[in-house]
Amino acid sequence: MSDAYLLSDELKKEIDHWVAKFPIDRKLSAVIPAMNMVQDLEQHVSEPMMDAIADYLGVPRIAVYEVGTFYTMYDLKPRGKHRIDVCTNVSCMLRGSDEIMGHLKNRLGVDVGETSKDDMFALRSVECLGSCGTAPMMQIGKDYHENLTPKKVDEILDKLKGEA
Amino acid sequence: MKLNQVCFRSLEFDDPASLKTYEEKVGGYKVWRKILKEKPSPEDLIEELKKSVLRGRGGAGFPTGLKWSFMPRHLDGPKYVVCNSDESEPGTFKDRDIMRYNPHQMIEGMAIASYILGATTGYNYTRGEYWEPFQACEKAVAEARAAGLLGSNILGSGVDFELHNMIGAGAYICGEETALLESLEGKKGFPRFKPPFPANFGLYGRPTIINNTESFASVPVILEKGADWFLNVGTERSGGTKIFSVSGHVNKPGNYEVPMGTPFKDLLELAGGMLDGRKLKAVIPGGSSVPVVPADIMMETNMDYESIGKAGSMLGAGSVIVMDETTDMVKILARISEFYDEESCGQCTPCREGTGWLSRTVHKVLHGQGTPADLDLLQDVSNNMMGRTICALADAAAMPVLSFIKHFRSEFDALVKK
Ligand SMILES: Cc1cc2nc3c(=O)[nH]c(=O)nc-3n(C[C@H](O)[C@H](O)[C@H](O)COP(=O)(O)O)c2cc1C
Ligand code: SF4
Ligand code: FES
Repeated sequence: MSDAYLLSDELKKEIDHWVAKFPIDRKLSAVIPAMNMVQDLEQHVSEPMMDAIADYLGVPRIAVYEVGTFYTMYDLKPRGKHRIDVCTNVSCMLRGSDEIMGHLKNRLGVDVGETSKDDMFALRSVECLGSCGTAPMMQIGKDYHENLTPKKVDEILDKLKGEA
Repeated sequence: MKLNQVCFRSLEFDDPASLKTYEEKVGGYKVWRKILKEKPSPEDLIEELKKSVLRGRGGAGFPTGLKWSFMPRHLDGPKYVVCNSDESEPGTFKDRDIMRYNPHQMIEGMAIASYILGATTGYNYTRGEYWEPFQACEKAVAEARAAGLLGSNILGSGVDFELHNMIGAGAYICGEETALLESLEGKKGFPRFKPPFPANFGLYGRPTIINNTESFASVPVILEKGADWFLNVGTERSGGTKIFSVSGHVNKPGNYEVPMGTPFKDLLELAGGMLDGRKLKAVIPGGSSVPVVPADIMMETNMDYESIGKAGSMLGAGSVIVMDETTDMVKILARISEFYDEESCGQCTPCREGTGWLSRTVHKVLHGQGTPADLDLLQDVSNNMMGRTICALADAAAMPVLSFIKHFRSEFDALVKK
């Protein structure tokens, strides 16, 4: 039985747009963009959604699971509303990413890899995000936040809290 | 010194990423239009690229013209042009700015490549985190398509080329060209055995040319101004300009596009000099995978493939990480080793096991729990990892270890218990 009904019509249209970029018999190529869209919409990619994507594209479910477990941008379980990824690689480290991470841990009351009690913020340490010239930096959702200072971090978090 | 002569040509104008700026101010798509009109022989274009000594800007430095000459151009059936915009080597942030500020030049380079190779489809693969650059490329491709510069029967020439942007989902290894192709096929990014090389067996098993963003963006300028012009901007064996991503302890970190062969000390000055006037200790000149170079050697080195090679390192992707006298070299190496351990795809035993050993052992030393035997072990493991794996990630993990211990031995010795 197909689980493709779990995908909204809008999402199906978006997936079709991606499918059209690839040869007709290469629908698997659209798995990554499809998973990215689900991750954005639901802040994670559940197993039923992976099944739905597989069924909609007509590819084996296991092929979609493989993608889901391989790439770092997918959360297979919900981690929190705003996922804060702080780059701690060398260039950022040289410009104070330790201090930024320390500040975030204090302010959110969590350790690296944890989520705040209100499920609002999840904190992670990630590898170089290609923004080393404006280090230290972090990514929240799709947005890069560069040239960070503890004060700037506070302003960003306050704004996100305000939006909630 | 003249800046921004090739890939950053658009930077001096308003709205640098727009088609209007690229065509009207930069003089872009001139080469593409001329090719469509005059249909020059692909062999001649390849010769011109060979003469320019453009070397691949993604890290390995392989001559682009030579690579394109290997492609089985006359084979029937689908062939592909793929742009590697995965940019994940720590310290590298140049392709991001090409895509944000001059995406049309990358597109023009890919279009020219498609003509030379007889390919009708191209993909630009950006790393998953690069949402903003991806959007800039989507906008640029849409503009180019609307202007009739991409699509079928382009400007009535009978030439077809369709270009699509693709986005990944986070994995350093997808920058390795065959892992990238796997990812483009919708699979996990496991590098393939080579040979066969992508030129013969690439995307969907078809002949494929894969190059770095900066390599493609260099092509229109070479064909517009001529191979001699390009070659003369740089040095005899390193043609043209190079974007150096300068990060770390400098006053003005950022991308600087300078002629190949520019002295490091001039580049350092361009980047505002050392942060807070402190003293230079060491430089990683080509991204975190290349050997570290001590200050005194680096200050005497020019920024081109041969000079950096003589200094005992590699130009790589041109990612210059500057470290001052306060830097704890063991801590830096620990972070680098952790990265390669994290990113090893695990297919090859020497890499999977080796990267783990290296990271654990350097951390042990960093935390004061190491012994002199651990330093020997680090060097042994590194030597045994190199050249024995499917892809070069294992070498990338080993080279920093060997070079950090070689040049900064005393810092390691001070931490190990006698
Ligand atoms: C582990 C690893 C990571 C790589 N990452 C990148 C990358 O992010 N971008 C890139 O252009 N090349 C990267 N490369 C090099 C590519 O495999 C390939 O050589 C390059 O895309 C060829 O293009 P070029 O000749 O224009 O440089 C990487 C190689 C390895 C082994
Ligand atoms: S060398 Fe490492 S990263 Fe490359 S294929 Fe082998 S295990 Fe994977
Ligand atoms: S090291 Fe942090 S963005 Fe590159």
